[in-house]
Amino acid sequence: MLPQAFQVRAAGKETPDTFTLTLAPHNGDHANSFEPGQFSMLWTFGVGELPISISGDPTKEDRLVYTVRSVGKATHALVSQQVGSSVGVRGPYGVGWPVEAARGQDLIIVAGGIGLAPLRPVIYKVLAERESYGRLVLLYGARNPRDLLYRKELVAWSRTRDTQVLVTVDYGGLSWRGHVGVVTTLFKFARIHPERSLAMICGPEIMMRFVTRELETQGLTRDRIYLSMERNMKCGVGLCGHCQYGPYFICKDGPVFTYRQMQPLLEKYEL
Amino acid sequence: MVLRANEAPQGASLLRVDRSWSWEGWHRLAEKQQLVVEADQLQKLIEALGARDFEVIGPTVRDGAITLGQLQSAKDLPAGWTDEQQPGRYRLQKRDDGALFAYGVGPQSWKQYFYPPHIELWSSEAQGFRILNNHRAPAHAYALIGVRPCELAAIRIQDRVLLQDKYPDPIYAGRRANAFIVVVQCTHAAPTCFCGSMQTGPQAYEGFDLALTELLNSGPHRFVVESGSERGSEVLAEMQAAPASEQDVAAAEAGWTQAREQARSIDNNGLKELLYKNFDSPRWEAISARCLSCANCTMVCPTCFCTTVDDVSDLTGEHAERWRHWDSCFTLSFSYIHGGSIRTSSKARYRQWMTHKLAAWIDQFGTSGCVGCGRCITWCPPGIDITEEIHALREENGHGNT
Amino acid sequence: METLEGIIAGHPFFEGLDPQYLALMVGCASNVRFNANTYIFKEGGEANEFFLIRAGKVALEVFGANRKPSIIETLGEGEVLGWSWLIEPYIWKFHARTMEMTRAIALDAKCLRAKCEENHDLGYEIMKRFASLMQRRLEATRFQLLDVYAAR
Repeated sequence: MLPQAFQVRAAGKETPDTFTLTLAPHNGDHANSFEPGQFSMLWTFGVGELPISISGDPTKEDRLVYTVRSVGKATHALVSQQVGSSVGVRGPYGVGWPVEAARGQDLIIVAGGIGLAPLRPVIYKVLAERESYGRLVLLYGARNPRDLLYRKELVAWSRTRDTQVLVTVDYGGLSWRGHVGVVTTLFKFARIHPERSLAMICGPEIMMRFVTRELETQGLTRDRIYLSMERNMKCGVGLCGHCQYGPYFICKDGPVFTYRQMQPLLEKYEL
Repeated sequence: MVLRANEAPQGASLLRVDRSWSWEGWHRLAEKQQLVVEADQLQKLIEALGARDFEVIGPTVRDGAITLGQLQSAKDLPAGWTDEQQPGRYRLQKRDDGALFAYGVGPQSWKQYFYPPHIELWSSEAQGFRILNNHRAPAHAYALIGVRPCELAAIRIQDRVLLQDKYPDPIYAGRRANAFIVVVQCTHAAPTCFCGSMQTGPQAYEGFDLALTELLNSGPHRFVVESGSERGSEVLAEMQAAPASEQDVAAAEAGWTQAREQARSIDNNGLKELLYKNFDSPRWEAISARCLSCANCTMVCPTCFCTTVDDVSDLTGEHAERWRHWDSCFTLSFSYIHGGSIRTSSKARYRQWMTHKLAAWIDQFGTSGCVGCGRCITWCPPGIDITEEIHALREENGHGNT
Repeated sequence: METLEGIIAGHPFFEGLDPQYLALMVGCASNVRFNANTYIFKEGGEANEFFLIRAGKVALEVFGANRKPSIIETLGEGEVLGWSWLIEPYIWKFHARTMEMTRAIALDAKCLRAKCEENHDLGYEIMKRFASLMQRRLEATRFQLLDVYAAR
């Protein structure tokens, strides 16, 4: 369980505090393949390790892409890595999104803030195998227009067949011509068939609670709603005990869970 | 609310074999060959183990407690010592005989050997970004002398957690491999013991190489010995042993019966559901008024396994190491994610520990995480007693917030 | 050609409304259209009507003394603009500005309030729907207040 040395091949700024890093292994072998929704433990020399969701294209096996928000010392060290520098990678770990169960179904993807990053691989997979999936509805909310990720791709995705992309911000500036309001306000514009939809949600926990309520109002059962959860992680492999949430280890039983599993836990304060 | 039943992976032997103290149990024991050795043969035991290249670890007196350390000879054992254990209290006392194992468990458990409190995971050089796996299995396998049945149960629980789940821990595996275990069956229970209700003692039936029961009366200082493995039998063959007489076997059994008299107990029926249901019980608030979040309980508990990692580099910044240390869910930073910790109150942290130990552990690993050794009761400064707390929760059940 | 009554009946806000109440309301209704970037109403003005949006997008705007106007919410097709007409003192609390060309049904406030006073059953139907609308807006607003995406 040692980190493997990867090199930063590209580093780009998405928003004022969020960066996307593209990593490839030093020795040119195929990178680890991954399931959408899985994460890696990324290590910067002498600073420490962080669990970061993989946000790249699962069909491109020669690289691993991560979108990281700089919120503290460790994330700052990671986003400051220049092209050519090295990062240690362990993984991929975790149970990912139900992309197999979703075949033949409509997908409702609801992302809040940086939560779009772990969901992007699902979108890539669906677009790569478009015939295997039904309608794709993406509901994406961010704080303000500057914080929107993957802007060009959002536009490109909205133009693909049988795909609906709805974007909103909590606070719009003067030049923002789009929707303003929390992400749940987008549901009224979405065309949803609950009996043949799977929903995948990722964002701050409060946002996920509001969204699951709305999805239930829309008629989805709890087995059809999936969330990606987050807790403190030190090892990523179920041995250090930190990521426990009720009886679950987020790192090995998750981070993706059904709402049926999560509903009794989400309402418990300080669980 | 049953969340998910966790099935033990293929090949794992579940610890909790349903073995109540029945006539059948007696009979099974009686069928195994019981031998007897005089107390001076323990020196032979230690020498035989040393000759087989084991590092022999056992109890010894240090710093006013029974602690674990390397045994150079049988003289290192705590002859003539006993302990007094109560909630929040531990004292050693001298006896007027030469009993070698007349005390309960001390503050340390055997987990410090298989799962060290501090260990380097790997090191790396900035130059060339090389990462080196520096940990090696210790030069000698461990021989543990004086393992109580509850402690053996704890070792097997840690085997399940650390070796038999999705990602085994190679450090634990390397240190646990080939360990030679000499159990000492209990003939007396400390006031804080409750292994009976946890079905982890006071006798061990399997999983050891040798099992000893100390006898002091009606004859010389001696031990009834039972082998649990081929290795055990080979070592036993190097000691002067004779078949145990009926009186000696009866004396051993009388001791085991006496050990069953325990002041404390936990009723495990439906305990998992009870704890899950009582998340909002006012009892947690009451406990937290006493709990100091000192983490003693997690440090002395033989099954607690939480760790943290620490990345350190030298002054030049060229060389970095990653170390693993024992950690505790009682610390504020344990549950920290960006923006703050999840469990900020000590109430939430105590509840997490107890619910994990007695409830979530069952969903995760198929058994309770508690072996009833009573250390957490003895070593809790305000003397919080989990058996008392479970009892109180049961009384409140139905009256607490659900 | 679609009748006003039919358009109102088809708007999500009045879904399931008993036709007898629709008939009562239609006298207060008219078809309206606004160009893009037009103020439908301004803060402080008299709330003399409310709108069932049929197409387009409207921004609810507020400004402070030393800050530029902020959009607090946008409303689109199928939504309702304005409830201050229902509650004294019948004054608008925000600006409403179209972001695109917008078509709506305008319902005259004085007319409808009079009819509700006359026919309390109609009044109750209207109140129920607005109560539900306000609850949804309040919940969304509280969610917005939580500012969940902010770095802490």
